Amino acid sequence: MAADLSFNRLPCNERAEIEITVEGQTVIALEGETVAAAVMYAGLRPTRTTPVSGSGRAPYCMMGVCFECLMNIDGKPNTQACMTEVHKGMVISVQQGAREVGGDSI
Amino acid sequence: MTGLEQYDLVIIGAGPAGMAAAREAGEAGLNTLILDEQPRAGGQIYRNIGRPILRDRSILGNDYYVGESLLAGLTHSLVTHIVNATVWEVTADNTLYYSAEGVSRQVRFKKLLLATGAQERPVPFDGWTLPGVMTCGAAQILLKSSGLTPAEPLVIAGSGPLLLLIACQLIRTDARIEAIVDTTPACNYGQAFKEIGGAIKGWRYLLKGMRMLNEVRRSGVKYYKSATELRAEPGGDGNLASVSFRKGNILHQLDCKTLLVHQGVVPNTQLGRAIGLEHQWDEVQQCWKPTLSENGCSSHPDIFIAGDSAGIGGAMVAEIQGRLVARWIVHQLGGTERRDPGIDSLRKELIDQLAIRPFLDHLYRPLDMFLKPQGETIVCRCEEVSAAEIRGLVKQGCIGPNQTKAFCRSGMGPCQGRQCGATVTTLLADELGKSPVEVGYYNIRFPIKPVSLGELAGLNQTRSVKAQTDQTTARN
Repeated sequence: MAADLSFNRLPCNERAEIEITVEGQTVIALEGETVAAAVMYAGLRPTRTTPVSGSGRAPYCMMGVCFECLMNIDGKPNTQACMTEVHKGMVISVQQGAREVGGDSI
Repeated sequence: MTGLEQYDLVIIGAGPAGMAAAREAGEAGLNTLILDEQPRAGGQIYRNIGRPILRDRSILGNDYYVGESLLAGLTHSLVTHIVNATVWEVTADNTLYYSAEGVSRQVRFKKLLLATGAQERPVPFDGWTLPGVMTCGAAQILLKSSGLTPAEPLVIAGSGPLLLLIACQLIRTDARIEAIVDTTPACNYGQAFKEIGGAIKGWRYLLKGMRMLNEVRRSGVKYYKSATELRAEPGGDGNLASVSFRKGNILHQLDCKTLLVHQGVVPNTQLGRAIGLEHQWDEVQQCWKPTLSENGCSSHPDIFIAGDSAGIGGAMVAEIQGRLVARWIVHQLGGTERRDPGIDSLRKELIDQLAIRPFLDHLYRPLDMFLKPQGETIVCRCEEVSAAEIRGLVKQGCIGPNQTKAFCRSGMGPCQGRQCGATVTTLLADELGKSPVEVGYYNIRFPIKPVSLGELAGLNQTRSVKAQTDQTTARN
């Protein structure tokens, strides 16, 4: 995660702060936001590598249609980060290439 | 199929069309279920409207906060609103399957309304897959739901009303914008001028556009008009490092950490496609849209479509269509004896609101480089298939998009063709010398969103939807 890649937070209405873990580091997210938003605030880029060439990708559409934001969330690989809300203690890591067999998703 | 939850009307999508329809249906006495993928109603245009996050309301502007009035439609006692619900299958016998909170359920409907909105037009160009390139819509969603502005320096490139809107909104946040690169082709202005009559009828939209252009000009942000040859370049770390483009004879290159791109929006047709509804190619908007009656009925007599998923019209049109279609459904289900006179006045309102569209559609038709990419530009993001590869398949005997799946796996990744479908059709049409209609589109198959095997296996053991509803709506 790089500070110069962090998205900037504008003055917001009251929201609880939530501690989550992104790539082993503690990050503060806002209650009600998505994992994709939280990792961009943290300056994480890329958020996955592709199964075909291994090139890096990051959230692209933020509305569930492009599937670029697939991450490993709480042990579940290939999860759409833009469609998943953060919760306290959530553990998030970069999805490296294809997911490994054993996750509960087709 | 006894024992299943049954509704008079099931609405998919709680954006302006869905919320407006829910209100009409509830008030007319229809037992209505509205399913939405997001944790809060609003769709993308009014995303997070029930709980605005930005302290400074002037950033998003009044057009966002008018969406607050639509939320009332979801509170009617006959309307059940289920959040975080992803519909993954609809069958021809009026049964629908959806997943919410890790559990899948099936419900039956008399009538179904698809109000699944729009998605941004995929805009293939060199470097569009780099981490740091994202859509203007994505930047808006981040503003509306997290109060975030992108990593700087930042460049905004593309064409269309949303490009100007996000530019203005980000200017109001004092974000550091290196440049706005407008790729609207110079020749479009003449084409659009032929439609000036409609633009004058839709003067409110025209005025809004001019105000936004003024705001951009006053801000002092560099604004490059009629730019071509857009290209994003990576740095040593593989992330976006710079963007280049041509303006006249000069090739510009700007360092940036984020590049926001936009080439208009297109109807989200994924579900209608999977159901097998009839679609048609819109030559002016260069996209597919469902074939509908004037009351929004699709080629299936019990399935209706309203809002941007029926054809791009914007938030106001979506709201009116939602009301109109819901009233027609009420009429069909026998809720009203006589023809509802309100339907005619809604139809007139629609005509007024749509008057500006031919002007906008001609003005913001994307550059050919985005519609018909060449060379090594990635077309299918998931499987990393280039334009040259797709074009080359024709020489090997490939005659349609479904064959490209077998040849090169385009359209077979997790997005299920949402990002490459229209481009693949256009490229094949280009190479074969045929029209997009003759070439056709991918066959979209259920489930249209990932669903776990555990959920499928548990389908027959799930608790009633009502019990679950109390839990999920309580979170609102």
